[in-house]
Amino acid sequence: MLNGIGREIPNDLKPFVSSDDYKNHKRRLISKKKRQSETVFLSSYDEIFKAFSIKDKQTLSFHHHLRNGDLVIQEVCKVIKKLDLKQLHFAPSSIFPSYTGMVDLIKNHNITNIHTNYINGDVAKIISEGHLQGKIIMNTHGGRARTIESGDLPIDVAFIACPTVDKLGNGTGAIGKNACGTLGYAIPDLEYAEKVVLVTDNLVDELEEYQLDGGYVDAVLVVDSIGDAEGIVSGTTQITKDPIGLKIAKDCSVLLDQLGLIKNGFSMQTGAGKTSLAVVSYVEKIMKTRDIKGEFGSGGITKAYVDMLETGLFKKLYDVQCFDLDAVKSFHRNKNHIAMSSSKYGNPFEDDIIADKLDFVILGATEIDLDFNVNVTTDIIGNLIGGSGGHADIAKGANVTIVISPLVKSRIPMIKEKVTTITTPGEDVDILITERGIAINPNRKDLMKKLANSKINIYSMKELLKKTHTMTGVPAKIKRDDKIIGHIEYRDGTVIDVLRKVHDDYIR
Amino acid sequence: MFRSLLFIPGNNPSMLQNADIFMSDGIIFDLEDAVDINEKDNARNLVETYLLTTKDLPKTIILRINPVNSLFIEEDLKLLLSRKIDYILLPKTNMISLYVIDKTLSLLEKKNNLKETKLICLIEEAKAVNEIDEIASHERVEGLLLGAEDLTNELEIERTTVGNEIMYARSKVIFAAAANKIIAIDTPFTDISDQEGLEYDCSQAKSLGMKAKSAIHPSQLETINQIFSPTKKMIQWAKGVMETYEKVNKGVFQYQGKMIDKPVIEKAKKIIEKAKNFDLL
Repeated sequence: MLNGIGREIPNDLKPFVSSDDYKNHKRRLISKKKRQSETVFLSSYDEIFKAFSIKDKQTLSFHHHLRNGDLVIQEVCKVIKKLDLKQLHFAPSSIFPSYTGMVDLIKNHNITNIHTNYINGDVAKIISEGHLQGKIIMNTHGGRARTIESGDLPIDVAFIACPTVDKLGNGTGAIGKNACGTLGYAIPDLEYAEKVVLVTDNLVDELEEYQLDGGYVDAVLVVDSIGDAEGIVSGTTQITKDPIGLKIAKDCSVLLDQLGLIKNGFSMQTGAGKTSLAVVSYVEKIMKTRDIKGEFGSGGITKAYVDMLETGLFKKLYDVQCFDLDAVKSFHRNKNHIAMSSSKYGNPFEDDIIADKLDFVILGATEIDLDFNVNVTTDIIGNLIGGSGGHADIAKGANVTIVISPLVKSRIPMIKEKVTTITTPGEDVDILITERGIAINPNRKDLMKKLANSKINIYSMKELLKKTHTMTGVPAKIKRDDKIIGHIEYRDGTVIDVLRKVHDDYIR
Repeated sequence: MFRSLLFIPGNNPSMLQNADIFMSDGIIFDLEDAVDINEKDNARNLVETYLLTTKDLPKTIILRINPVNSLFIEEDLKLLLSRKIDYILLPKTNMISLYVIDKTLSLLEKKNNLKETKLICLIEEAKAVNEIDEIASHERVEGLLLGAEDLTNELEIERTTVGNEIMYARSKVIFAAAANKIIAIDTPFTDISDQEGLEYDCSQAKSLGMKAKSAIHPSQLETINQIFSPTKKMIQWAKGVMETYEKVNKGVFQYQGKMIDKPVIEKAKKIIEKAKNFDLL
């Protein structure tokens, strides 16, 4: 059947209707799972498997706050390999290139189903090539919280890497040799998983402040190392030097200014890429020049935002994950650097979420199409190279959603008639900014009106596509495989698009 | 008329492809110093293909050729056949190289029915500084661009941010250009990470009489354009002067309590012309 955005999806799946459709449905909540007995302290991964009787077909979850520095998922994979457990369902909030332990487990059918919000690296490659026996389901960050709290994704055991744990089972990411800051993505797992184990390399007597409540923790595993916090650095701390990136960032700041979005009390979120940092830097300049004080910055937090908090340009930062070590330190020392759970960040059914309070967001795109639909999940061939993360959540929530991208990436046009895969529906994307001009979603007549006298080059998406094709030519059609390897769940749990195996002609 | 000229190495396809989107009033496609000797053919081919196939070209196109006594000059000048080049930037200018290029161009123009090619001369040798009045008065020459890096190398002196070491050469370029009613273009500021230094350098050059500045990175263009543009206050003043002039229809009148006569009217006209040209009105 066709879903509400015109994508063919299997009949047994719940079709996406529109980004507002969740308002027609009631929130479903299962009970939170408080621990039933004393927290036990263990010293090996094998003991966890024994204590919780982890067996075939169970669902194991993980968070990704240590990103490429995470050792916990790797160690768990080793035990699964040793025990040769089969048909497991893995639910890490993201899958990073360092999670190589999953590769053999997928090939050997130890892991047969996956829920995740973002995927990159070798695991993504083998899944794209069709090696996962079951399905991969890609959620948004807010959608993952919703799917766990509703019972749609029941978790048998949540492995939560936690930089510091006390003897009551309370945990924090703010301190410890592998401090990674806020642990926002682990909160739904903590509260709703059948069994919860905190894995730590820093056990202390008592924590005065903690983000993970020991009341939900069944076991604490104390190990030599949960990973390497240096590996958590995401994106970059350097502003782009690429002239195209700088032009896009500059134009973006001019546009934000002309739309009147940089004003006292405003709020914003951007990515952690070099061009996003350039946007932040230009916005910062405007704020300083005009003595503007913002209310908050949110998201994955970087040093750029920490600096703005510390110089008083923002009153608060709402942080679901720290993107660099400066953010980790700030989270520990600054009470206005506030942790939020993934639910409070983007769960459509949660009250008063941060995504809905954003004045504007600056997002990236792998592809965007004539209907403003955005793909950040696959490349044009269909290889998994990312995922929504918070993309679809904040695109929906923010008052103005801006996508920034060069028109051509490695000689490939970024604008398509139809994107390969829909991650974020075009109804939630307002403006595309490229180096050669911008396109405004025709639904946002208010924005068009505000920019009526602007000197910014405004085109229709079709005109920008034509401009791109004059530079690159019209790309050849990509062959698509029939085999469906999974699907993308919109934040409300409906299916916005399917994921297909990469065609054999492109597999090397 | 320009405030900023951006150098783009001829062998950099991604910069070439996007040459029209930067805020530069003109682009200098470089076949000389920014291109390694092994890359000369590639650069030339790339620039030629770009000029012949690109729909949206920069508004002013300048080609920096290799020196007239190099092996590459003949092939470099063939790019004029594209009929897309507004100026040739002549490196290592002196009266001999200017004589040679003039003769070479005349033959090429005659043979191919090309209009007269205009030159911007790079003043980057002590000899050029000494011959500058003669260079500036040549009929093909429409601009002088100071090349401080080569010049200070020749003088064996260090370049500084303050720029006292190039004060003499800067002044010579400015006076020769003004005397011959051609444009004086300042040397690039080579530290692309030093924004404050760039601002200082632009302001210093402008205060002495430079009318434009060359750039080696697009990130320098905003500052250059801003400093070499008439200010909002100047534009308002010029508009006021011209409006009053048209109203009173007299050669001498008062505006904001000050006497306005012919030179001041000319100054106001120039400011308005610049403002129009740079899309500031």
